[in-house]
Amino acid sequence: MARVAVVVFPGSNCDADTLAAARAAGADAYYVWHRDTDLRQADVVVLPGGFSYGDYLRSGAIARFSPVMAAVTAHARAGGAVLGICNGFQILCEAGLLPGALMRNARLRFLSRPVRVRVEQTDTPFTWRYTPGEELTVPVAHGDGRYVADPSTLAEIEAAGQVVWRYVGEAPNGAAHDIAGVCNSERNVVGVMPHPERRIADILGGDDGARVFLSMEARNATQHAGEVRAVGGRHLRV
Amino acid sequence: MSAFAVEVRVMPRASLLDPQGQAVAHALEALGFSEVGEVRVGKHLVLRVEAASRDEAAARARVMCERLLANPVTEDYAVHVEAA
Repeated sequence: MARVAVVVFPGSNCDADTLAAARAAGADAYYVWHRDTDLRQADVVVLPGGFSYGDYLRSGAIARFSPVMAAVTAHARAGGAVLGICNGFQILCEAGLLPGALMRNARLRFLSRPVRVRVEQTDTPFTWRYTPGEELTVPVAHGDGRYVADPSTLAEIEAAGQVVWRYVGEAPNGAAHDIAGVCNSERNVVGVMPHPERRIADILGGDDGARVFLSMEARNATQHAGEVRAVGGRHLRV
Repeated sequence: MSAFAVEVRVMPRASLLDPQGQAVAHALEALGFSEVGEVRVGKHLVLRVEAASRDEAAARARVMCERLLANPVTEDYAVHVEAA
């Protein structure tokens, strides 16, 4: 059973859904307040969605200096799995744990609706239970979701296969290369704009997001999901 | 130590789409200001800073910009210092 720390910042508002989604997937999930500096032996750290610090200055710009972020950075640098969802993605970019940045949606409007995304990479701790190229329906809810990076960074992350999720068709927010989610070069830190925690059961309109949380049960993602076994003493069916 | 008024201008990088600037440009055009070409929207921050000299105040403000006030991926900044 993976220990999943859901970090709560002042202004987080997807923390309860994220905790519930991780627990529904079988994880031992718990909250960590942003002032805490102890992740309590977390296997996985999730930065949930919301509007930390009111999005003042820039989305995620102030949260990234919260006391907990030193521990999150140390966890990430040690190879630990970190997932940022929406505001969490913005915080990870601001913290320099992920490349690029997220800017105001191209058409300025706050977008809250289901979108289609394609799973581009399955060798991350959060996507290995998907099939490469699989298309999902997951909701977005953001005003600052336009992924940008300088041309050389974009070329680099494309070449290295760091685009994890891509919008199908035109990006609703004007994101460069229709990017909906990226990972770092070590592939243990992932950020996505859509909200997988809002699509984990039929009663929520579908369960396309559930495998993000089921994937967390694997400690070590590999290039080939079929090789992931005996994780945490349990043999995982893959 | 003396007090300095540090003004920081943070602008979205010129190569990036600035939808706020575009929206303002369209609104100005609708109001009949046809002479307006491009509009870009940024931020203006005013800080009161204690420092030994104007140069020191400017140097500290640039460090603040690098660490927090501007995002190096998307924004450029300029620092202007006056005696407070």
